[in-house]
Amino acid sequence: MKGEQQNKKVKTIKVDLDKCNACRACEMACSAYHASPKYSSINPARSRIRVVMDLLNDEFVPIRSCDYSKAGCDGRRTYAINGKEYSECSFCGTICPTRDLFKEPDSGLPLKCDMCEDEKEPLCVQACPGGALIVEEIEEGIEQVKPGEMEIGMRSLIDKYGMQKVADTLARMKKKS
Amino acid sequence: MRYAEAGYNLEIDLSRGNIERVEADPNLTKLYLGGQGVNAKIIWDRVGPEVDPFSPDNLLIFGTGLLHGTPVIGANRTVVNTISPQTGLFAHSMMGGWFGPEMKFAGYDRIIINGKASDLVYLWINNDKVEIRDASHLRGKGATETAALIKEELKEPNAQVAAIGLAGENRVYTASIEHGWSSAARGVGVIMGDKRLKAIAIRGNKDINIAQPAELWEITMRMRKEMHDSDGVGDWMAVDEDDSFHHNNFAWGNARSRLKDYWSEELEERWRNLKYDHMDRQIGCYNCPKKCINVISYPGRKRFGYKCYGKDTYHMGAFKELDFSYEILGVAQEYGFDSYSTPQILAFAVELYEAGILTEKDLPDFPADSGERFWYLLEKVVRREGIGDVLANGVYWAARQIGNGAEEYDHNTTKKFEQVPIKLGKLNPPYFLMIATGEKMNITQIEGSFPQDPLPTREEREAFVNNWVAVPNEKFKQYFLNWEKRSDVTNEMSCAITDWNEAMHYIDDAIGLCAFVSSFRGQFGGGIAYHINNIPHIISLATGMDLDKDGLWEIFQRNRNLVRAINVRRGLRRADEKPPEDHWAVRDHEFEQKLLDDYYEFKGWTMDGIPTSETLDKLGLNYVSEDFLQRGILTGKEGTPSAEKDVELESGGC
Repeated sequence: MKGEQQNKKVKTIKVDLDKCNACRACEMACSAYHASPKYSSINPARSRIRVVMDLLNDEFVPIRSCDYSKAGCDGRRTYAINGKEYSECSFCGTICPTRDLFKEPDSGLPLKCDMCEDEKEPLCVQACPGGALIVEEIEEGIEQVKPGEMEIGMRSLIDKYGMQKVADTLARMKKKS
Repeated sequence: MRYAEAGYNLEIDLSRGNIERVEADPNLTKLYLGGQGVNAKIIWDRVGPEVDPFSPDNLLIFGTGLLHGTPVIGANRTVVNTISPQTGLFAHSMMGGWFGPEMKFAGYDRIIINGKASDLVYLWINNDKVEIRDASHLRGKGATETAALIKEELKEPNAQVAAIGLAGENRVYTASIEHGWSSAARGVGVIMGDKRLKAIAIRGNKDINIAQPAELWEITMRMRKEMHDSDGVGDWMAVDEDDSFHHNNFAWGNARSRLKDYWSEELEERWRNLKYDHMDRQIGCYNCPKKCINVISYPGRKRFGYKCYGKDTYHMGAFKELDFSYEILGVAQEYGFDSYSTPQILAFAVELYEAGILTEKDLPDFPADSGERFWYLLEKVVRREGIGDVLANGVYWAARQIGNGAEEYDHNTTKKFEQVPIKLGKLNPPYFLMIATGEKMNITQIEGSFPQDPLPTREEREAFVNNWVAVPNEKFKQYFLNWEKRSDVTNEMSCAITDWNEAMHYIDDAIGLCAFVSSFRGQFGGGIAYHINNIPHIISLATGMDLDKDGLWEIFQRNRNLVRAINVRRGLRRADEKPPEDHWAVRDHEFEQKLLDDYYEFKGWTMDGIPTSETLDKLGLNYVSEDFLQRGILTGKEGTPSAEKDVELESGGC
C-alpha cells in the first residue's frame, strides 16, 4: 500500500509565543478575509486562528486550525514551561468535538486554515507586526498514497463506527475464521 | 443592515430579574455616535436629578464605542457611566482589554443595568442567552480570581469578564471594575457593588458588518503597521525606564511634597532590574499592536498588570520605592481599587494621624513605617472597618465626616474628586480651564492634543508645525509658532486649546478609541494616529454615515454639552469649577475669573457655566433647554443670538 516518498515545499506559520501581545488581530483579520465579500464583516468566532488566553497564567497561544477529528483525543496532559502550566489543548489545532473552537457559528461545520492561498502571506501574519506569527517554508516528506477501493470502503466504515469498533470487528472475524 | 453597530441594547433590571433585548435607536447613533455619547443621552432621559446614586433607579451602563468590533486599530475602550456617589455627578470611566468588542460580537451595543439584586449575582451573556446567576460563592473573591472562577464554572475559557473585588462589594467610592489587566475607575465600581452585581461574563459569535470594507481594510492594515512602528502612539513609559518625569515633578505623600532631584541613574538601574526580573511580558488590548501593559508576577502575589503612572501612585503616596508598589498592586487589583485616587486617601489618613486629627483611638496599633501604614489602611478601607468606613468615601467626604480641621488636609480635590497630585509654580492658563471645567475628573481624560510645552527655537517650532496634521484649524499652528513661555498664553488661545483637547477625548469616548493612540498622545510630539482630520472618514467607512470634520465637531459639542447638562441639572455651577488652591503656588484670582468668563462665553454658556438655550437648541438639544427653562435653571433671558456665536460652533473656533 505504501506510496512513493516525495519532498514538497510547504508553507507553515511559526509561532513565537513570547512575542504575542494578546491583541487578537490575527482572529479579526482571518474572519474578515474569509467573509463574503472580503472584509465585510468581523467575527473572531469564524476565525481559523484563535489565541488561547489565560491571563492569570500569562498564557497566550495563537493556534491555527488543522485537521478535523470526529472524536476527542485522549490528550489531557499538562506541561509546565517556565513555571506556567499549559494544557495539551493549548497547542492543538485539531478541530475537535471537546471544544468549540474552529466551528462555523451558524452551521457548526469545521473551519480549516487555508493559508489564505491567494495572498502573499496569510492575513493573520500580515496583521501581526509584532512578529508572533511568521511564515516559514519547510521541506516536508510527503507520502503519495493513492487510496485503493478497499481503503475508501474501510475509511467510510471507520468514519461511521470509529476505528476501535472496526478493529474489534475485524479481530473477531479473524478469530472466527 | 446596521454597520459597525450590533443594533441592540441589553436592558437588565436586577430588582425584578427582568432581561430584555431592545433595538437601539439608530437616530441616537447619528446624534451621539455611541459610547459615552449615547450613554449620556440615556442617563439624561432616565436618571433625573432627584435620583440618588445609591437608588435602584440609578443606571450603570456598559457602552461599546461605535467602532468596537470593526477593524479600526485601538478601538477597544469600553465606556462605563453612572451617577457617582462621590461627586453626585455623571461618572465617566473606561477600560481597555477585550470586553467592548466581545459585547458587540454578542450582539449588544450597550448593557443597561437598573435596579438592585437582593443578593450578589453575576450576569452571563452568551449571545441571545442571558442569565442572572447566583454569585454568593464569589463573595469576597478578588476581581481577577472571580473572572477565572466564572470562566471555569461556565466552561467558557473565551468569555470576557468584568468584575468587582471586595472594594466594590463594600461600596468603597474608589472601587474599580476590573477586566483583565485593565480597570474602569472614577465612581463605577461602587455602583456595581451597590447593585450587588459581582461580574458580567460575556461571549459572542455574531458578525459586525462594515459599510465600506475594502477601503477601511486597506487603511487599517496600513495604520496597524505604522502604529506598531511609531513612537508617537502607545505608552512610551512601558519601555522607557527613565521615569524622572513623574518622580521629580509630581507630588509625593498626600499630594504634598515634590522631590525635584529624586531620580538618579543608580535608582533607574535598580528599578529596571526589579521590573525585568519580575516581568512576564508586555501586552496590549484588542486589535492594537502596542504593548502598554506590563505584566508582573511578584512573589506571593497574583499576577497583575499596570500601565503608565499606575505603577507610581502607591509608592509615591507612601514615600517608598517601586518594590512597594509591586507588593501592593497585586493585592489592590484583586480588591478592585482605583490606583489613582486610593493612594491619596491612604496618604491623607497618614497626614491626619501625624497632625493629631486621627488618633490611636481611630487607628489602633497604627504602625510606624509609612508602607506598613498603607497596608493597614488599605485593609481598613476595603472592609469599611472603623475609620476605613469614613475613608472609603474619598478624601472630600472623609475630611468633612472627620472634621476637627481635617478639611484643611483635603487640598487636592476638585468637584469632590481626588486630582492627579501635581503642584507647580506658575499658573498655566489652559490647565486652569481644563481642571476647572472638565467633567471627567482626571486631567489625563481632558488634556492631550496641544503640546504641554513650547519648543525653544523658532526653527524647531516651524519644523513641528510643518508635520502637524492633527490640528483642527490652522490657527493652532500660529499659536504654537508664537508660543515661547509655557504660562504665556492668551485667553483666546487657552479657550481654543481646552476645547480641542476636550473634543478629542469626547470623540474617542464615543467611538471607543484609546486615548494613547489618539486624544492623549498628540501633546507629546504631535504625530498621532487619529485626529479630527482622519477620524470622520474612518467612521464613515465603518458605519456608512456621511460624516465630515464639521459634523464630527458638532457631535463633540453636542456630547460635551449634554454631559454638562446632566451635571448642571444635578447642581454643578461656576462655584464648583476650581482647581485645587495649591495646584499652582502663584495664583491670580482676577485673571482666572476673567479667563473662566471668556471660556464660558466661548462655549456658549452663561456666566454660571450653564449652556444657554441658544447653544443647546443649535445642537439639537432642545429637550435640554426646555427642561432647564421648566426647572428655572435657565430663565430664557440669557442673551440673544449674535454673529460671533455662529463662528464658535465651528471646528476649534474661539
